[in-house]
Amino acid sequence: MPRRRPPLYAVHDERGASFTDFGGWEMPVEFDSIRTEHEAVREASGVFDVSHMGEVTVSGPDATELTQRLVTNDVSALGPGDSQYAAITDEDGAMLDDTVVYRLPDDGGRLAALGDDPTPDDAAGPTYLFVPNAGHDGEAYDRWTSHRDEWDLDATVTNRTDEFAMFAVQGPDAADLLADASADPVTDLSRFEARWATVAGVDCWVARTGYTGEDGFELIVPWDDAETVWAAFDCQPCGLGARDTLRIEAGFLLSGQDFDPESNPRTPYEAGIGFTVKLDTEFVGRDALAAQQEAGVDDRFVGFKLTERGVPRHGYAITTPDGEEVGTVTSGTMSPTLDEPIGLGYVPAEYDEAGTEIRVVVRDRPKDARITDTPFVQ
Amino acid sequence: MSFDAPDDRGYLESHEWAHEDDGTVRIGITDFAQDELGDVVFVEVPDVGDDVTKGDEFGVVESIKAVSDLYSPVSGEVTAVNEELFDAPELVNDDPFGDGWMLAVDPSDPDELDELMSAAEYREQVE
Repeated sequence: MPRRRPPLYAVHDERGASFTDFGGWEMPVEFDSIRTEHEAVREASGVFDVSHMGEVTVSGPDATELTQRLVTNDVSALGPGDSQYAAITDEDGAMLDDTVVYRLPDDGGRLAALGDDPTPDDAAGPTYLFVPNAGHDGEAYDRWTSHRDEWDLDATVTNRTDEFAMFAVQGPDAADLLADASADPVTDLSRFEARWATVAGVDCWVARTGYTGEDGFELIVPWDDAETVWAAFDCQPCGLGARDTLRIEAGFLLSGQDFDPESNPRTPYEAGIGFTVKLDTEFVGRDALAAQQEAGVDDRFVGFKLTERGVPRHGYAITTPDGEEVGTVTSGTMSPTLDEPIGLGYVPAEYDEAGTEIRVVVRDRPKDARITDTPFVQ
Repeated sequence: MSFDAPDDRGYLESHEWAHEDDGTVRIGITDFAQDELGDVVFVEVPDVGDDVTKGDEFGVVESIKAVSDLYSPVSGEVTAVNEELFDAPELVNDDPFGDGWMLAVDPSDPDELDELMSAAEYREQVE
């Protein structure tokens, strides 16, 4: 199957980016150097093309109920312009994906103007936009539509991934950058709040969210206007390599790497995002998660630092100091900010206290390591 | 993009170089290799006194994004390792043919150097 490309593929290529496959998308992994890009975001600002992220809208009289029953968080608590982080779980409570769910303003107008499909009028109920991970947009669309039909709900589900680019402007200077580029106020947005704003003359959905541990914004931008909006940010272009090192330092999960329904099924409680689970709502997987919350988890997602030279990588074994294998590394890197080898992975719950001594087996050589609180970088 | 490849040394297809000076062979990775790897954060090399064998793995170089095995261009005994790389692995990026060298080897068969690719042949491979 041919890989999908973001609308700015040629622009990035011209700029000298190197590319990698990410969930079936050919995305820029590095523009200048991961370290340079990482440091720019920690110290000033950087802009990422994250157009591989999906966009799915749900509207109609039963949009709230449908979405409520398919994510772990309480969608009904969202007011217009609010968003929340949530997990999508199967009947066993294992995460199929994680996502951010936005409730759009009830005018619905701007989105309707941008897309091919009609958006319901005010009386028909709220419209939600949620963002599946790269390559998961099709399965999310299928999941929403098949459950809608099974439950006989009245909702329109539209996969808009090919209609929108997505950019992330991140770092301590991100608010100033966005304020300069936007005709509408944006710096008053609080964390996880979003609104339509005209950026470089283009209607964009602007949210104060991000995946780097820094202040920042994510913009959902009409596909055909992507270049205009991208050009409005005079800061370091960053690839997915820096995005990975930044999110590991922040202790954030990466779908498909830190959990995977096939190779590493994990519940939100195991993965440390139990705060996204609202057991007083009804959703697929709720009963399994209620039982796990009652019984407690066997494994927990933790951060650690190597105290010897080496770099932890996905798939390396975690052992006790005596050599008993107890877990697996799911993400790791040499932290550009700390200049220390850091990683994320699962260990039995009794090993999750900060300071606990473990070992990480790096190419058959056990290296001393220590459980560490996350985020690694405040 | 063109990459540096000095004429005074031999090369492996796997992007290591070997430079002989006064009977000692220094080994490192090429400009092309460091560029492909990106920011080098870790180098693992044998100890002084260990033996290396032409064509066999002798260590690992890791960048933030990738792990890459290192292959020896010659056989012989390791007489020195570049310990500066333990604290400053970025030297491999900054100066791959100079301060970023990795090993010095006393070659057991100096004729092996003649079997390496010339700079011109290597440049043809990576361009």
